Amino acid sequence: MSQMKPGTMDRRHFMRHLATGSAMTIPAFHFLNHLQANAAEVRRNQKACILIWLSGGPPTIDMWDLKPGSKNGGEFKPINTAGDLQICEHMPQIAKQMDSLSVIRTMSTREADHTRGRYYMHTSYVPNPTVIHPSFGSVVSHTLAPQRKDLEIPAFISIGGGAGSSGFLGMTHAPFVVDSNGQIRNADPTGVDRRRLEQRLAMWDVVESGFINSDRGDLPQAHKDVYHKAVNLMTSSQMDAFKVATEDPKIQEAYGNNNLGRGLLMARRLVEVGVPFIEVNFGGWDLHNDVFNTLRDQRLPTLDQAIAALTQDLKSRGMLDDTVILCMGEFGRTPRINQDVGRDHWASSWSLLIGGGGLNGGVAVGETDKDGVGLESKSYLPGDVWATVSKAMGIPLNIVHTSKRGRPMKIANGGNPIDELIS
Amino acid sequence: MRTYEFMRQSQAFLAAAAFCVCATGVLATQPLSLEGAEQSDYRLKYDPAVVDKINMLISRGYEDNEVSPSEQADDVTWLRRVYLDLGGHIPPLKDIEEFTSDKDPNKYAKVIDKLLDSDSYVNNWTTIWTNELIGRQTPRRTSREGMQKFLREAFAKNRPWVDVVSDLLTAEGHYEENGAVNYLLSQMTMRDEGVQVTAKTARVFLGTQVQCTQCHNHPFNDWKQDQFWEFNSFFRQVRRVDHRKIDPETGRQVDDYSELVVNDFSGPVYFEKRSGLMQVAYPKYFGNDVEFDNGKSRQAVFAEAIVKDGDHQLARSLVNKMWGHFFGFGFTRPVDDMGPHNPPSHPELLEHLTDSFVASGYDYKMLLRWITNSEAYRLSSEFNPKNELDNPAAGEMPLFSHMYIKSMQAEQLFDSLLIAGNSTVGGVSQGNYAQMMQKRNQWLQQFVTTFGTDENDESTTFNGSIPQALMMMNGELIDAATMGEPGSLLHKVVTSGERDSRKIQLLYLAALGRNPTGRDLSAVKKLMQVSGDPGTAYQDLYWALLNSNEFIFIR
Repeated sequence: MSQMKPGTMDRRHFMRHLATGSAMTIPAFHFLNHLQANAAEVRRNQKACILIWLSGGPPTIDMWDLKPGSKNGGEFKPINTAGDLQICEHMPQIAKQMDSLSVIRTMSTREADHTRGRYYMHTSYVPNPTVIHPSFGSVVSHTLAPQRKDLEIPAFISIGGGAGSSGFLGMTHAPFVVDSNGQIRNADPTGVDRRRLEQRLAMWDVVESGFINSDRGDLPQAHKDVYHKAVNLMTSSQMDAFKVATEDPKIQEAYGNNNLGRGLLMARRLVEVGVPFIEVNFGGWDLHNDVFNTLRDQRLPTLDQAIAALTQDLKSRGMLDDTVILCMGEFGRTPRINQDVGRDHWASSWSLLIGGGGLNGGVAVGETDKDGVGLESKSYLPGDVWATVSKAMGIPLNIVHTSKRGRPMKIANGGNPIDELIS
Repeated sequence: MRTYEFMRQSQAFLAAAAFCVCATGVLATQPLSLEGAEQSDYRLKYDPAVVDKINMLISRGYEDNEVSPSEQADDVTWLRRVYLDLGGHIPPLKDIEEFTSDKDPNKYAKVIDKLLDSDSYVNNWTTIWTNELIGRQTPRRTSREGMQKFLREAFAKNRPWVDVVSDLLTAEGHYEENGAVNYLLSQMTMRDEGVQVTAKTARVFLGTQVQCTQCHNHPFNDWKQDQFWEFNSFFRQVRRVDHRKIDPETGRQVDDYSELVVNDFSGPVYFEKRSGLMQVAYPKYFGNDVEFDNGKSRQAVFAEAIVKDGDHQLARSLVNKMWGHFFGFGFTRPVDDMGPHNPPSHPELLEHLTDSFVASGYDYKMLLRWITNSEAYRLSSEFNPKNELDNPAAGEMPLFSHMYIKSMQAEQLFDSLLIAGNSTVGGVSQGNYAQMMQKRNQWLQQFVTTFGTDENDESTTFNGSIPQALMMMNGELIDAATMGEPGSLLHKVVTSGERDSRKIQLLYLAALGRNPTGRDLSAVKKLMQVSGDPGTAYQDLYWALLNSNEFIFIR
């Protein structure tokens, strides 16, 4: 047998092969059905959400809800913003954008363990051993992907991982995890042209379908669905959205030359090709010690630059009213400062940042007491936040998903959109 | 053109390390020779009464729930399952042919015993427990090699599980000289007052979730906040020491070795109630006082308490975890959250196996032998009309009336693709084991995401989602297996001079561990004719088989 010599064919080359189409001897395989679409076209006015995930649990008392004069107040001072609220002095760029962004100050979410908190904030449901709830990104994928026929790449993209799972909605709505350099591993079908790929997929379908037809539950079909999406992706020009390095250098510089900056820039590019939900992971917030130095010197400058640049960029492209920006972690941190000058896990009174998507900007929703420990006004659950996002994205709140066990589950766990944020 | 040097080496290694040394006659032209059906003189290495009772208790569950079990899986399907579950990879062609031609009625027990004595067994369980104890991403200043060395020895010698755990909890010293210390070291990368090690130890060895009780009484189980800190007090004498040295070339300080030392801390532990009240805790085991005598370390006292525990939670939690390993679902969900708040699906069976395991002297292999010799483990993964409701994937309580399919782990896939790629014998020495593990570990990193939190938790994209599919379609492992280079299995099959049907059959057996059906054969042949070039057609067929759901699922 002759040894097959794989050429070094890049995607563009491969795409050309696909587009011109060699003489087909095998009936066109249905996986390669999207190639006629004009994929590169920018899609305007499609709703999207960018979730900036502060993994580890950010000390929001030092960021969005400062307590000057309290024993819990810490080292930072509040500053005025373009909105009707104050935030931390170390986020001056965001302060200038606060007319477009708001803060919810009375999150109270009971789960102060990383795993449980991450699950709760992503799904609106507390962990339950008999069912795995979908992250909200998977709910968006499940709801909006069928309406976006031109979208060839996954509808839920996680930059940096940690975005949870699609749970009972199935692996086709799982977050597609990439890193912020935009390299998608193994996405290039090296040395295999269209005819060859179709030949392979036709043979594959014999085995794949045979196993599905033997009665073994839902997993074999889910495997096939995921392959379908993977083949679509491999052959799509929308993959260019991941290539942040091709963006105008000035814009790259504005977002910041770091994982968060590149991640948010990539998120904007993905929104432009029609991806409705992107989560960008920005870790390093589990600040059990040395909280103030770490915030001032590392976390906040990076966050400040990237979120301000994103907001400004979306605004100048006319995309901000269609794109929700949400920034939170799995919980807040203790108002009390511990012996290591750190703050520990705390879920009963904390804040998050939300804006864009037509939501009201410049608002502080709710109020905590003078030490940041208790709530002076109505408290909010993750379901309320996601209901607000649903409202902004035009996702009906009366959607009920049914788990495989037949248990009905309301979208966002039946949460209510927050009045102060919707016009 | 890429270089496949590494793949060739690893293939050679695996073929050698896996007990299945495949002679060149594997693909010999003759069909399987029947060595004659004789009565078994194979002596079972377990007490059949233990397995009979498993069978009885499982079938009682069928009756109570009015389901009928599925048929037994066919021999080759069962063989593939038991190879993957015990040895961590698919069976090589030669072993499949040997097994199907064996007429001994005890051939199932025989192959189980063969696997339990194989190098693959040691490799597989070393991998499983290394991942369980220190994660796929090695934490800072922790020696993965040290951990593996300790576990390899434990599984090779089949050391009693209670001794293994005791060593892990009481080890001291250099992280390469005494590999057992790496469990505790890996949980002590942060200055967290032993919080992580407390929670992890309770979860991994005792199947008990206590991490929430660090801050408050558990909302669902019996654990109270003071119990967490009493437990935690046992781990307050251990300390990690990270040594540094001067790099002679640069003159800079660089990391040297780490070690675990025990200090003579004797005080109580202080913690804060939610009310803000400070409380004090002393070492107690599940609320019971423990004895301290002649200067024993607290971890040693803790290890003793686990052994003496009349409730045998160490044994019970392992039984539950192992049942979950083989069936995809344990008796509780999740397997490591046991307690009155989460009653098991088969309480009597859980107790039967726990008691038998304790009585065996915590004989790890024996536990696996009982489980894999059970009737339930032989069943097909196909539903039948009378057990549709036995569907734990849909949230139902498992009844084990059919096998539940489960996806290969990343390590199983890696090792299986090497088997599927090559069948030659390589003269690779044991020294290459470390190299091999390193290669596999590098490859695995593409799937791992860490969260960077104080629990060192991580997640994997090897979960059936798109990155996994892309890796299967375009990754270097699959390229290597389907290139058809001289010496590879594909090359041998294609150049064997056999009829097309036989070649297709061999590729099906090698990849899926089963023969093609008549429909498979005719569909595949038709597609191969369209293709024109027989060389690439076989490559494409092998690619298709390895990419199928039937390959990646243990069924």
